[in-house]
Order: sequence, then C-alpha cells, then structure tokens
Amino acid sequence: MIMKRLFLALFVFTLCLPALPGAAQEEIVTLVTHDSFNISEDVLKSFEEETGLKIEILQLGDAGTLTNQAVLSANNPLGDVIFGIDNTFLGRALAGDIFEPYVSPLLEDVPDAFKVDPENRVTPIDYGDVCLNYDLRYFEENELEVPTHLQDLTSEAYKNLLVVQNPATSSPGLAFLLATIAEFGTDGDYTYLDYWQDLVDNGVLVVEDWSSAYYGEFTLAGGDYPLVVSYASSPPVEVLFADPPVDEALTGSVIGDGTCFRQIEFAGVLKGANNINGAQKFIDFMLSKEFQEDIPLQMFVFPVNPNAELPELFVEYAQIPDNPAQMTIEEIDAGREQWIQAWTEAVLR
Amino acid sequence: MDRSRTALIWRYAGRGLLLTPLLFLLVFFFYPLGSILQFSLAPDGKLDFAAFQQIFSRPYYRETLWFTTWQAALSTLLTLGLAFPAAHVFAKYQFPGKSLLLALATIPFVLPTVVVATAFIALLGEDSALNGLLMKVFKLEEPPLHLERSLKIILLAHIFYNYAVALRIISSFWSNQSQRIQEAAQMLGASRWMVFYRITLPLLLPAVTAAAALVFMFCFTSFGVVRILGGLKYATLEVEIHYQSLSLFDLPTAGALSVIQLMTTLVMMIVYTNLQRQMTQPLNLQSSRQVARKPRRWAEKGWLALNLIVMSLLIFAPILALIERSFTLGDGGFTTRYYEQLQENPHRSIRAVAPVAAIQNSLEYAFFVTIFSVLLGTLAAYLLSQKTRFSRWLDPVFMLPLAASAVTLGFGFIITLDEPPLNLRSSYWIVPIAHTLVAMPLVVRSVLPSLRAIKPSIGEAAAVLGASRWQRWRRIELPLITRSIAVGATFAFTVSMGEFGASSFVARPNQPTIPIVIFRFLGQPGLANYGQALAMSVILMAVCAAGFVLIERLNRAVIGEF
Repeated sequence: MIMKRLFLALFVFTLCLPALPGAAQEEIVTLVTHDSFNISEDVLKSFEEETGLKIEILQLGDAGTLTNQAVLSANNPLGDVIFGIDNTFLGRALAGDIFEPYVSPLLEDVPDAFKVDPENRVTPIDYGDVCLNYDLRYFEENELEVPTHLQDLTSEAYKNLLVVQNPATSSPGLAFLLATIAEFGTDGDYTYLDYWQDLVDNGVLVVEDWSSAYYGEFTLAGGDYPLVVSYASSPPVEVLFADPPVDEALTGSVIGDGTCFRQIEFAGVLKGANNINGAQKFIDFMLSKEFQEDIPLQMFVFPVNPNAELPELFVEYAQIPDNPAQMTIEEIDAGREQWIQAWTEAVLR
Repeated sequence: MDRSRTALIWRYAGRGLLLTPLLFLLVFFFYPLGSILQFSLAPDGKLDFAAFQQIFSRPYYRETLWFTTWQAALSTLLTLGLAFPAAHVFAKYQFPGKSLLLALATIPFVLPTVVVATAFIALLGEDSALNGLLMKVFKLEEPPLHLERSLKIILLAHIFYNYAVALRIISSFWSNQSQRIQEAAQMLGASRWMVFYRITLPLLLPAVTAAAALVFMFCFTSFGVVRILGGLKYATLEVEIHYQSLSLFDLPTAGALSVIQLMTTLVMMIVYTNLQRQMTQPLNLQSSRQVARKPRRWAEKGWLALNLIVMSLLIFAPILALIERSFTLGDGGFTTRYYEQLQENPHRSIRAVAPVAAIQNSLEYAFFVTIFSVLLGTLAAYLLSQKTRFSRWLDPVFMLPLAASAVTLGFGFIITLDEPPLNLRSSYWIVPIAHTLVAMPLVVRSVLPSLRAIKPSIGEAAAVLGASRWQRWRRIELPLITRSIAVGATFAFTVSMGEFGASSFVARPNQPTIPIVIFRFLGQPGLANYGQALAMSVILMAVCAAGFVLIERLNRAVIGEF
C-alpha cells in the first residue's frame, strides 16, 4: 500500500507542477543574456542594495542564439533587459523590433564610435577585439616573424600554422570572416573568397567553435597550430589563469592594421517588459564606473566608459589594435547571411 | 463498495492514467513543435512549399540526408556487433565487479563531446603513444593511424557513446530468459549454433531491435560528434538545421529540414515498431539469478575475457585517458590542484559555482527527470502494449522526441510556453521537462519488450485465484518488468546528468549543472580553466557511476531481485 500511495502522490505532484506559483512579482528585473555574462558578487550586491531591485539572470546560449530567441519572443519578451547582442548580430535584433529606446544619462561619456544606433534602442556596454593569437614560445623557437597583415597568412612561412573557427557557428569565427571581408572586399580581382581559397591552399584548419580551436588545436594546449583566432584579451587572461603562475606572457596578439575585428556588445530595454523602470536603472548601472571597471576581469572585454580604469593585468599584457577592421551595422546586416553562405560553399563544401 | 463498481473505477482510472504520457507529449512536444513549424513554414496561415522545393532541387541536401542515414546505420551495426557478445556475457555469467563494469560502461553517455575529443586524440592522434608504438614495431616512417577528422573517428565515437544503450537493453532482456527451450532443442540434437540461430536470436530480437532503433536515432541526429570529432567536411541533417536556424536564421528552410528529419525517422520507426510487434511473443521468464552462473570451462572464461578486453579498449581506455589528464595536465607531473581550484573563487564572480553546488543542481534535475520519465515511460509502455489499432499507431510516435532537432524544439518552447497556465519557458521546470522528453523514449524502449513478453496466462491464473488487478500488477507484472524499468531509470538519469539534447536551447535560470560548468571553463583561455574542465568531467563521471550503482541497489531493495 505504501508503494501505491507513493506513486499516487508523485503522480498528483507531477500534474500540479505547472500550477506552482512563480516568485512574487516584487521589484524584480530579469536580465536576459548569453552564457558568458559575469560580474563580481559585490558589485551586483551593492547595486541591488542601493536600488532595492532584485536581478534575475536568464542565460540563453551564445550571442547568436540569444539574438534569435529574443527576436522569436518579440511579442512577449523573456525578461526586462537584454545584454550581449553584439554588432555582428545587432541588425537582426533591430529588424526584429525588440527594443524600447532609452538614453542613459551616462551615455554622454561614451565615445561616439561606440554609439551605432541613432535611435538609441541599444546602449553600448563593452567592446573586444577578435585578433589572431600566437604562441610566443613556438614563434621564438622556430625564429618566426609575427605576421602583421592578413595577406601574410597566405605565405609559405605560415603554412599549416593557422586554426580558425567556423563563422557559421562561432562568434570570433564570424568576426574574423568580417575582418577579411573589410580587408579584401566582395568584388574586384581579389575578393575575400579568393583570400580564403589561398588560406585553404596554405593549410588553414577550420574547426567548429572557439573551444575546439583553442583547446583542441592551438599549440599552447598541445595541438599543432601556433596561430589561432581568439581575442586581444586572451593573452592577459592566459596569464591570469596560467598554471603554474607566470610573470611573462605566453601568447601575443597580432594587432596590425585591419587584422582584428572590433565587437561591441550592447544592452537594451526589451519592448513590452514588465519592469521598464528597473531595466533602465540596470542599464545605467552597467555604464557606471563600478560595473565598467569590473568588466575586464569578469568578462574579458574592455569597458566603453573612458573613465573606467583598466586593471594592471590588462595594461601590461593586452595589446589594443589601433586600426581594427571597420564595418557599419547596416553593412554587416545586409551581407551577413550571404557571406556566411558563400564562405560555407567555398571553404567547407 | 461492491466488486463490480470497484472494478469499473479501476478500469477508468487505469485508462486515464495510461493517457497521461500522451498528454505530456501533446503539451510539451507536439504543441511547441507544431507551433514553431507553423510559424516557420506558414507565417501567414498558408503553407509555403518554397523551402521544400528549394531543398529538393539541391543535390547537397540529398547527399546530406544520405550521409546522415548511412553513417547512422553503419554506426548502429557496429555498436550492436560489439555490444551483443558483451550482452551475452553480462546476461549469462556471474563474475566479480559485474555491476560496476556495467555502470562504468554507461559513463560515456554523459560526457561532453569536446572533452571526449581530447581523450580520443590523446589515445589515437598522430602523436599518441599508440601511433608511436606502431611506428616502432613496424618500423614506419609515418604514424599509421590518421583518425583526426575522419569518418572512422565519428564511427568510433558513436560506438563509444551508444555501446551501453545496446548492452544494457539486450542484456537485461536476456538475463530473464528461461533456457528451457534451448535445453530441449539441444536434447533433441540441435547444434549450439543451430540453437542460437533458430531459438535464442529470434527470442532476443525484440530487445535487439529496440536497442538498434535507439542507437540509430542518436546517431541519425548526431551533431557534436560529427562536427567536433569528424571535422567540418561532414554534415548531418541536424547540423544543417542548426546552421539554418542559428547562423542564417532562415526559419523556413530550418523548418522544412526539421519536417524532413521527422518524417524520415517516423517512416523508419513505423517499420521498426511493426517489426517489433510481430517478433514479440510471450516467453518463459526466469529470475536473472537462475539464468546467470559462473563461467565454467576455459572456453567460457576466454569468451568472457575477450569481451571484457574489447570493452576496456573501447570504453575504459578513453575514460582512463581523461582521468589521467586531469591529474597530470601542465608540466609538473601528478597534481590534484585542478580539483582544489574548483573550490576557489579568486575573482569573486557570480558565475563561480562550488562543485558541490553544481553536483547538487545536476542531481536535483536528474532526480525529477528519472521519476517523471520512469512514471510516464512505464505508463506509455503499458499503453503501447495494448493490442489495439490506437496503440499500434502511437508506438512510433513515442520515439519522435528523439528525432526532433534540439534547436527547433527550443525555439518552439520560446514561442508557446509563454503564457499561463503554461508559463514555463523561463521556469525551473523547463529543464527537467526538456530532459524528460529525451529520456521517456528510452524508458519506453527498455520496458516494452519485457512487458510484451509476459504471458497473459499467469495473470489470468492469478485472477481466477482471486487476485485483484492491483495485486496482479504488484506481485506479477512489476517483478517481471522491474529489471527493464531499472535500465530505463538509469538512462533517464544519464540523459539528465549529461544535459542531453533539447535542454541546450532553453532559457535557464542561474542554476548551473556540472556540464554547464564544464562548458564555462572550456570557454575561457588559460591552462587552469582547461584543467578545471577536465577535473569537473571526472567528477561528472564519478557522480554518474555512483548514481548508476545506487539505482541498481534501490531497485533491488524496493522490488527485489529478479
């Protein structure tokens, strides 16, 4: 009989599950973001204490998945504020009409280069440069010169040395593809596709995602490729998590003109949000010095607020490119799918 | 209350109960899936066939469908070919460490592909010890094994992942089979091969085909193994669906491909379920204690040893390579520092999770998933075991959650489960529900063959002797199917622990599980992160192995060994 009751109780329980009440609708702000979102406990706590708001974090995969899900739920948003859509996907989100415009008072400090939407539907929060990283020890031991231009990578010296990510499935992969498009263009005698053909002939390895490239193929983790597409912030992070600790860099970034692509990450109030006021406060908070200074060591990207000081680690080990590849949101949005498709046809199939 | 009224109530309650798994599928599978497909393919209410036309006009998609099918078929054949002899050994012989070995063999199912890839490369890559040995022994200039980014490594990984599915389902069915017919045949002069081929194999076919169907489905919708281990020159339909829906956000094409994937698998499952129904017959079942015995002659011992060696090379070698790496990564020899670092949170970030908390989150989800899927899956198996036309049609339908693309279903959740009473898309329950969708078919396939093998005459005899429906179930049927329920429960637990399938595209509150923590570490540069990802993978393996052993024990304690 005990068994019977147990089963019955469990069954009734399963039926009741959907009916269980959610959290009470107090001052909650739901933040919808990607899997890489991170922040210091203290910083978040002080914000919550100051404002009396409670932040609930909902994580939705990578930046691309996040964008698509936000667009799909345009009529009934998943939360109040969204963070993590970058300039490579922003056009898709803007076309999906998911934002409620908001101008934060702190926005005036932010350099104009980051303010890409004249209608202020999104607020820039951070930026990061996707750059080639190289294994310092490998380059030293083999007396290799560090490449300075994208075209260098097609030369014999770098044969079978480069691993990149699939632009269709990887955010840095897409950024690197965009850098090659900005550099070589889509028409003329030598387009980006010709360049990629040369890369293929020179033994470039394309893998599915960043982890497979960095931990599967990069020489630093025991692979065979000393050049990898990663971030300008990877060298300081590599030092931060070096094991055993080191005081010299293990990797470097290639920062020659046009070799890097700058990703800017945005936040926005979601249209139809329950707590628009709270969402706006959270955006102000994200632009505040406290949050901005927390960004580098938690998310490994750079603050857009020039008043925020960089941690010493970043000052010492991060190289910031002077002239990363440039492309407007409109250009990216008009070409993105077409370029990915053309690239897939040319390189993979 | 008089007897007939009680009986009537039981009958209606029973029928209602049997329909709950169907209701679950309708609400959490067909409704979200149908909505997203409608949204993708008929945005204005009118079905647009343009996407289908475009797909059929391009040979690329035909080739992809063909590759998807044959690599799945080949993987299934190889997996069964290796697991079947092992199932014999596990069903027929008693030997020390048997349940532990079975637990260990199931571990691959939960491991993230990126982690498995590093183990495979360490063992079989160009610079591996094996290649070095082969070069030395055969005096070769070049490493003879070129498995990186090849079809061979896809097949190998599919065997690695699915071996336990076949092993567990077949051996659990086998271990309750009475030997009487075989003994009789041998008495009448049939040779051992004759007995196997004409009696044993046909009697086992229900379990063999059930295992084959599951393995096939997993390989058919394979994604990570194909892309990460096989390299980018291989693509399955599932890969294309991901590409279309995530990269290109081309929902019509993604939707059309999803429909093609579902329909292809549906046709195969209709064929399979019909075959299985015809093959199944009531059997003489016996306690596994009576069936299994110690290996006696040298031939038997050798056969046992051979199977265990194959199993070790296939399953345990990569697992050991992983464990070894988690203790020796870096330059300094043996170290436990990656395990120690897991406890620390030097940067005081909200994302840092103590391993204990991640284990707790994983176990919590797995607990619910195991209970949901065992209840729903067993009820579904009862529903499907009825000899009506309705259940005949339903049978393949209960396999479909395995055929649906995770990303399509995830998008479906987003647009449908957004309003009360189903406002679940950002709730705690969405993850266990997504896991249960994948786990339930495994329970159904585990339980159904044993359920169908029960002779109705036993129950009838008990009824004549005055046993109530409940008593008949509790005293006769439950003991006969308990072993397969335990197999199903193990898979449900495993599916949840490994964050398998549909849950990768649902929104989740900040309640990171072990696999999520592994992925976070793998998303950051630095050897310490890599080391901690490996350490966490080893913890995942240990927790799962403990879980398997516990389920086995619990099963014995509650229902008794059969």
